[in-house]
Amino acid sequence: MADLSQTPGGQRRLPVPRWLKKTAGTVLTVAVTLLGLLFVTFMIGRVMPIDPVLAVIGERATQAQYNEVFRELGLDKPLIAQFAIYVNDVLHGDFGTSIRTGQQVSEDIARVFPATLELATLGTLIGVFIGVPLGVLAAVFRGRWIDQLARLVGLVGYSMPIFWLGLVGLLIFYGILGWVAGPGRLGVFYQGLVPTRTGLLLVDSLIAGDWTVFKDAFSHIILPASLLGYFSLAYISRMTRSFMLEQLNSEYITTARVKGLSEWTVIWRHAFRNIRIQLITVIALAYANLLEGSVLTEIIFAWPGIGQYITTSLLANDMNSVLGGTVVIGTIFVALNIFSDLLYRFFDPRAK
Amino acid sequence: MTSLLDVENLRVTFPTRSGSFEAVRGISFSLGRERLGIVGESGSGKSMTGRAILKLIRKPGIVTADRMQMGGTDLLTASEREMRRIRGRHASMIMQDPKFSLNPVMTVGSQITEALLTHEKLSRAEARKRAVAMLDAVAIRDPERVMSLYPHEVSGGMGQRIMIAMMLIPNPEILIADEPTSALDVSVQLQVLEIMDKLVTDRGMGLIFISHDLNLVSNFCDRILIMYAGRIVEVCQAGKLHEAKHPYTIGLLNSVPDLEHPRPRLDALQRDPAWREAPSVSALT
Ligand SMILES: Nc1ncnc2c1ncn2[C@@H]1O[C@H](COP(=O)(O)OP(=O)(O)OP(=O)(O)O)[C@@H](O)[C@H]1O
Ligand SMILES: [Mg+2]
Repeated sequence: MADLSQTPGGQRRLPVPRWLKKTAGTVLTVAVTLLGLLFVTFMIGRVMPIDPVLAVIGERATQAQYNEVFRELGLDKPLIAQFAIYVNDVLHGDFGTSIRTGQQVSEDIARVFPATLELATLGTLIGVFIGVPLGVLAAVFRGRWIDQLARLVGLVGYSMPIFWLGLVGLLIFYGILGWVAGPGRLGVFYQGLVPTRTGLLLVDSLIAGDWTVFKDAFSHIILPASLLGYFSLAYISRMTRSFMLEQLNSEYITTARVKGLSEWTVIWRHAFRNIRIQLITVIALAYANLLEGSVLTEIIFAWPGIGQYITTSLLANDMNSVLGGTVVIGTIFVALNIFSDLLYRFFDPRAK
Repeated sequence: MTSLLDVENLRVTFPTRSGSFEAVRGISFSLGRERLGIVGESGSGKSMTGRAILKLIRKPGIVTADRMQMGGTDLLTASEREMRRIRGRHASMIMQDPKFSLNPVMTVGSQITEALLTHEKLSRAEARKRAVAMLDAVAIRDPERVMSLYPHEVSGGMGQRIMIAMMLIPNPEILIADEPTSALDVSVQLQVLEIMDKLVTDRGMGLIFISHDLNLVSNFCDRILIMYAGRIVEVCQAGKLHEAKHPYTIGLLNSVPDLEHPRPRLDALQRDPAWREAPSVSALT
């Protein structure tokens, strides 16, 4: 709707459409957030006790070589100019070269990120497809055994350290039972059998129609994904339960029952529709948490993802890689937030 | 008069830590094709009575009675499945505030057609046509447009007329209206009540009109039950309220502000502990 209100002075303001205002507001927020993120990573890079010049030329270079690289890297310029150059580079997808791998950081990330994406996506799917129904049932049968079960699941999820659960899981399902494959994404015999298209092994092997590779990849991912899924399940089911309890106590639920609707319809068509909006935010948050927080899982399962990449780079004093990885994860976090905000507006009639 | 509903010795009990609390304490009444008012102060058990009829008392509340008969159905032994067939189709209920009693994320149209489709086998197009006609019957202008609106886009008076349309569309014989206008603007209260009254009378339905406003009820009802502390203390014909004997009824009548002869202060209603213990008056006919 157009805003045609007048200012007290009687001057007519320019009519600005509301959606434009909202979009402009969102864009501005995102820009400021991302700039802040870049500033923080930039400053971390500066205060780290690592000489970026020495990292490039090595300890035994001459003073002349040192000075040349010092200028090349722009370190003679004022800090603000350096930051501007940094921002410009990042905007062009240039995070510099990794000292450890000798490759462009952007290329490294493009290679390792799909592994994390695949793991986090599967984990979130597990969390959603088990956590949401569990939370709904716990609310509907409040105080009954299913509610107690949901509570127990949540309690374990909150009190057990993830690396401990991961190690125990590996011991039982890989070591003793042999139901799943061990660490890594793929067995050695299967590497390089299917062409890389998306970088997601499950998807790539499906596209290639190679079932043996798919099975092996699945056997590798299922344990770490279940572990991550378990933690997001604990969170999602607890939130779903409390959202549902709130809705089931409202008057419109009584109205629905007065109409003679079945309990199934009352729960899913009436109550659940009202929590979809809140659930979207919760799921987006859970997803973002898995994307950025799978470091420990990736280390335990030798999963070649971005968490492991950042950790290894950090131990090797490879700051370009660390900062690049951090910026990418931060950007994803912001993007997921915007995405859930958009979905929110789409699903909530009151937000239109 | 054939009776649509007979209730004998109805009790609604809530177990609490210190024993159990009886919200409704053994009331008996019947409902014919008439307009029956239930009046009483807050907490006297009016809403619990209305909900007990539909067996919609929330856990841990318990409904007991010697008899609860609706048409040919014994409500006491009816299964949840049978109750679902009765709810909406035979007896329906309108609640206080349309702002809370309509589903905020469903369109008006889908909520009304849903009420119809639950009880009748119809095509969607047919159900839609009936819903539009029903909205027209509750004096909503441009019903086609209102069908696609969400509850937050309609006013309170309109919301309550939508509720009436929704609850009457499957043609129930009994309508329970639990303070249907107390959340509305005074300016639209009468309009909504008149629409409801006309529909109920035209269709020859039985109406249970719950309110705490005795004067309002006396204008829209044939017979009035006065409830106090979970019991019926008096039954009156609406036209003979001046003959009421119970001091609580008289107190309620006097507590209404008289605009032509304003008093500096309303008399505080005196309560006698003996009223609570007096046996419930039967309103069976
Ligand atoms: N879940 C519950 N547990 C215990 N007591 C309850 C519960 N629900 C209602 N009550 C009690 O039942 C009594 C009757 O409630 P009811 O809603 O029927 O009153 P009412 O006459 O409709 O009052 P109002 O005019 O305020 O709507 C109240 O005293 C209330 O506190
Ligand atoms: Mg009430």
